[in-house]
Amino acid sequence: MNFSVSENMFQTNSFQSEAENQEEGKMKKSFVLGTLAVAGLAAGAAAAGTLDDVKARGTLNCGVSTGLVGFAAPDANGEWSGFDVGVCRAVAAAVLGDAQAVEFVPTTGKTRFTALASGEIDMLARNTTWTFSRDVDLKFEFVGVNYYDGQGFMAPADLGVSSAAGLDGATVCIQTGTTTELNLADFFRSNNMSYEPVPIETNAEAQQQYLAGACDVFTTDASGLAATRATFENPGDHVLMPEIISKEPLGPLVRHGDNNWGDIVRWTLNALITAEELGVTSGNLEEMSAGTNNPEINRLLGTEGTLGAMLGLDGDWAKRAIMVGGNYGELFEANIGEATPIGLARGLNAQWTDGGLIYSPPFR
Amino acid sequence: MATLTAPDRESFKLSMLLYDTRYRSMTIQVIAMIGFVSIVFWLISNTITNLNNLGKPVEFGFLFEPSSYDINQRLVEYNSRDSHLRASFVGVLNTLVVAFLGCITATIIGVFVGIARLSKNWFVSRIMTVYVEAFRNVPVLLWIVLAMAILIEGLPAPKAFRGENATASLNLFDSVALTNRGVYVPEPLFSNGIGDVALFGQSSLRFSVSLDLILIIAVLIASFYVSALIKKRANRIQDATGDRPTTWYLRLGVTVLPIAIVLWMLGFHLGYPELKGFNFKGGTHLRNSLIALWLALSLYTAAFIAEIVRGGILAISRGQTEAAASLGLRPNRIMNLVILPQALRVIIPPLISNYLNLTKNSSLAIAVGYMDVTGTLGGITLNQTGRELECILLLMLVYLTISLSISAVMNWYNNSVKLVER
Repeated sequence: MNFSVSENMFQTNSFQSEAENQEEGKMKKSFVLGTLAVAGLAAGAAAAGTLDDVKARGTLNCGVSTGLVGFAAPDANGEWSGFDVGVCRAVAAAVLGDAQAVEFVPTTGKTRFTALASGEIDMLARNTTWTFSRDVDLKFEFVGVNYYDGQGFMAPADLGVSSAAGLDGATVCIQTGTTTELNLADFFRSNNMSYEPVPIETNAEAQQQYLAGACDVFTTDASGLAATRATFENPGDHVLMPEIISKEPLGPLVRHGDNNWGDIVRWTLNALITAEELGVTSGNLEEMSAGTNNPEINRLLGTEGTLGAMLGLDGDWAKRAIMVGGNYGELFEANIGEATPIGLARGLNAQWTDGGLIYSPPFR
Repeated sequence: MATLTAPDRESFKLSMLLYDTRYRSMTIQVIAMIGFVSIVFWLISNTITNLNNLGKPVEFGFLFEPSSYDINQRLVEYNSRDSHLRASFVGVLNTLVVAFLGCITATIIGVFVGIARLSKNWFVSRIMTVYVEAFRNVPVLLWIVLAMAILIEGLPAPKAFRGENATASLNLFDSVALTNRGVYVPEPLFSNGIGDVALFGQSSLRFSVSLDLILIIAVLIASFYVSALIKKRANRIQDATGDRPTTWYLRLGVTVLPIAIVLWMLGFHLGYPELKGFNFKGGTHLRNSLIALWLALSLYTAAFIAEIVRGGILAISRGQTEAAASLGLRPNRIMNLVILPQALRVIIPPLISNYLNLTKNSSLAIAVGYMDVTGTLGGITLNQTGRELECILLLMLVYLTISLSISAVMNWYNNSVKLVER
């Protein structure tokens, strides 16, 4: 009897899923215990049924950075935009049919994993590097790579250092709680150089300290450096050094344990990538979705086959996702591409057909 | 005829646990206890079960893995290949440094401000009131951030010291460099030092202590002890004969000469900061993060201490001051000899809790990138290993230990200044 009581009382929390009730049934001996678990003390509360949660809630909770222009930053009206934000909106459109139904949760390098693990956010799209330990030990599921990056250095042009090899003894600003911190330690150690790390909590503070000259160089992912430099008064006074000292495949991630939700986020990202590969853009989307001669486009846009139903969504899911900001290439150009102040070239992030690494498994 | 008969001894019935006032409170307490223990037990077992379901059982093995990150301010030798435990230890030492420095300066400023606030000088007392109210009523985090911002934006970058047209120069006879990366002050060096002694072997808590420092401290203690003996002898002679022998040259001699000889033998000299490459090299580097945190915590806590000191002084009845004045004592001697010793009894208990607050507030260090134990164990280690529960529990244990130690020391001191009552 107690089971039904707690289920009725908490329609919107994750306890409603049948599977979980069986799994954790032993802990839910009574109504009181259920209530306390809702108080947030149960770390495993959000282990399953994220899709149902999101639908019941009507919004997608998406973790983003606290503000990195081009990737995720609120504009003057508080409207979030950016490359990572685009992924969040695409998922919201696919799942909820409304690209605006996203609750953006700004997270710092330190708080992001706790936020995801605790169920505060449903997915994290915060230029997060896919590493072994995060995937395996921290129990997260990286659903793909939306930006291939690497760690670089930025220094004022008048510092007179053109290569990272000349940074012995430099003071380096780093955002704490990121892989850059570890790469930096490894880089200086393996090159027998000394340095003085200045750990900083957010990108904005790092920018302030760097511009005031409290550190000689600023290091983070090369894309982040370009984005940060774009916001400077005189971007030309700062140079990005040629060395890239690490591999940083950045991508959205979800918690372990809910494979269906992981699939939805993964294939939403893949849909954006495949759309670019197949030439589906926000401009010709309506036309294409009326049916084409290319069966893969038809499967992607739901006019053929039941791929949407397999995900637990309707047939138009991918169409809605692409409609938000266009395909992968359009998102890239609009937010961080060469026409924007950030001015990143596609480089490694070109489609595999153009010699890049962006490659989606087939929609079949 | 009235006879007193003892009432029958009632046999104990179960209902008496609730209806008999002799047992009721105990019954309630036992029930409350059982309820409390079972809730706590349930919370713990639920957390552990859930973490196990998540595949993250509670275990502390990660502490012995290499930390892989660097820490700028370290009092003991540390590099990125050392363990997370070692990194935590570096963090604990940094916490202790800022807490120790903060408590001392907060006390000095607090006592000064507290007394000045009672000044008859209208201007001085009002200034102090403004200070106390400003610092007491603004969150300490804002003061920390403000102090850091002033240091970063207000002081010149090291490159301003460079070249022919340097816009900044060293202070105090070219010995102190004030930069927006910190303050570089001359460091004591010993050309014939007698080395270090390493403690705790290869464990994560190993550290080495400079024998030079130990020697200097030992010599100083011995000198002051001898100096005190001379003073005692002078007092004895004064009591016996009424004449006080002149001892200042003797006392100066035993204080200064031995330490001067020891310093000379060790080859003591100062290492001055010098601009080399990107930064100043040499000298002792007090990082901005430390200075900002230290300054903000001291000024903030000093405002509270000032109020405690003022309250303590006001608690001493006016008659004491008047009595002392009628004995012919000057005002500052009245304060030092009569008022403050009595006021200390009122001041010290709340002072303890302010020391504890300062220590706990030092966990805001990450706001300015100061690597205290919250920044290492509760920050980078937590984040890189994903062991939230374990790290936070350890962190709580660390702060609990530090706080209880401060309490113990201060309570001992409080007992020693307590008025002995007969």
